[in-house]
Amino acid sequence: MSPVAKGLSKAASEGAAITPRVALNIAVTATFALVPIYAAFSGDAFALTLFTRIVILAIAALSLNLIMGFGGMVSFGHAAYLGIGGYAVGILAKEGIGSGFVQWPVAVASAALYALVVGALSLRTRGVYFIMITLAFAQMIYYVAIGLDRYGGDDGLTIYHRSRFGTLIDLSNRTEFYYLCLALLLVSVYVVWRIVNSRFGMVIQGARSNERRMRAIGFPTFRYRLACFVIAGAMCGLAGALLANHTDFVSPAMMHWTRSGDLIVMVVLGGMQTMFGPLIGALTFLVLEEGLSRLTEFSNLIIGPFLLVVAISMRGGIDGLIGGVRRG
Amino acid sequence: MADVLLEVEGLTKRFGGVVAADDISLTLSAGELHAIIGPNGAGKSTLIGQLSGEVTPDSGCIRFDGREITNLPVYRRSQLGLARSFQVTTLFSDFTALDNVALSVQAHGGHSFRFWRNARREAELREPAEAALAQVGLAQRAATLVADLSHGERRQLEIAMALAAQPRMLLLDEPMAGMGPEESARLVAKLRDLKGAITVILIEHDIDAVFALADRISVLVYGRIIASGDPGTIRADAGVRQAYLGEGATDD
Repeated sequence: MSPVAKGLSKAASEGAAITPRVALNIAVTATFALVPIYAAFSGDAFALTLFTRIVILAIAALSLNLIMGFGGMVSFGHAAYLGIGGYAVGILAKEGIGSGFVQWPVAVASAALYALVVGALSLRTRGVYFIMITLAFAQMIYYVAIGLDRYGGDDGLTIYHRSRFGTLIDLSNRTEFYYLCLALLLVSVYVVWRIVNSRFGMVIQGARSNERRMRAIGFPTFRYRLACFVIAGAMCGLAGALLANHTDFVSPAMMHWTRSGDLIVMVVLGGMQTMFGPLIGALTFLVLEEGLSRLTEFSNLIIGPFLLVVAISMRGGIDGLIGGVRRG
Repeated sequence: MADVLLEVEGLTKRFGGVVAADDISLTLSAGELHAIIGPNGAGKSTLIGQLSGEVTPDSGCIRFDGREITNLPVYRRSQLGLARSFQVTTLFSDFTALDNVALSVQAHGGHSFRFWRNARREAELREPAEAALAQVGLAQRAATLVADLSHGERRQLEIAMALAAQPRMLLLDEPMAGMGPEESARLVAKLRDLKGAITVILIEHDIDAVFALADRISVLVYGRIIASGDPGTIRADAGVRQAYLGEGATDD
């Protein structure tokens, strides 16, 4: 049995029945799994493109949920990791290193290193200051990317060959690439689930709830929060590498601060501190954005109030609406 | 006299023009229950803050078990066995009672860079936590979220968390504040059980409880210890009666 299926069945057995939340999670997973089949039969190639993007950004949202939802660290610069992961792939490709076995580890490691630096400085502050520092760093990286003349500067950088993994998998096959992204998403969900329920996860959640108390009972909270920040950064760096392969292009725009805002919206919309919330949030947000932009050029006029309603009336996001808000 | 566990020398702390701690010296033997009383604003909480490490003294020194701890961070002192409870209950409100105590156990069971095993299924965390809950009479409420506990139960949970850390010394900041008479009586009994096993500094406004429990009492007024001694001495001290007990005598 796959880890996620095991998790689902365990959740089901604990609830003695398939709860609405479990049903929702299964429905979301099944939807993701069936998209390529739908695309193949209907000839709607765009559905696959859209859903590849959704799956990749769900990984980014999931990593943000780890620090923001579970850890209480509201990072307003999370798109920077997408950019760093993406540029790692783009720059290496341009310099003639096409192997994914090099590109992807470099993408993950660069994002983790950046997270280490940002975290080491920003985690000494709280609240609004933390948000401002993470934003400031992301803006810095954004302008650094604009200044990279060799790599396209403001115009971005086209990637002519997707990451190569020998005969293992062909990323230019869109269906194979989609399923690779989906597999990585589900593995990431499982990893986050394990982390959150581990001793480490208890410390992270305790520090969200009451950091002063955590120190008083003997936890050096800073190093745990920093480690969590780095894990999330690395995970989002991987999403960045995927995104670069998906669009065959990287540009500073993928790190714009509004992209960081989108990620926060996805997490809040889907439901913070839940395993599938970021997936549901990414799905809802991107489908809504796409659908509305076809109907009207004023799609933000509809999305904005919708998000406002969600934020005000639905504590726990869509997950909370369907599964009931859970505390703890 | 037993071994000295805590030694405080010349502790001084000013907040602007206010002297919150004025050359405080204090010595506690292992196993002693030492109460600190004084009117509001006398600097009792500041003293606890300095002992636990949240407040840095301007001068003076603190030694715990012969080791200088004046500049150690809060978590290091906690790891050395100096536990505190808070005056205003500050628990992890979205955790269950058992989770709260288990965190306290976990804090003293090595580092927590363990990312994979489910902490809620670790017997080495859950069992001591359950035992500590049972000790304060909260065993039935283990699975209840802190948010759903009564005020008195939260105070008991505070004590359970402190006990679960198996501290050598306990700093109790007004543990009975807001408790009903029955809960207070249970806590007094609990503290009496612990006497001798754990060294305790007790800050408390409930004078009856203080005189019933304390081996020694120090009276703090305007950041200065004006008297220190056994309960009988303190009760007889003219300066104390004037400065403090005189005001509180109407309560008795």
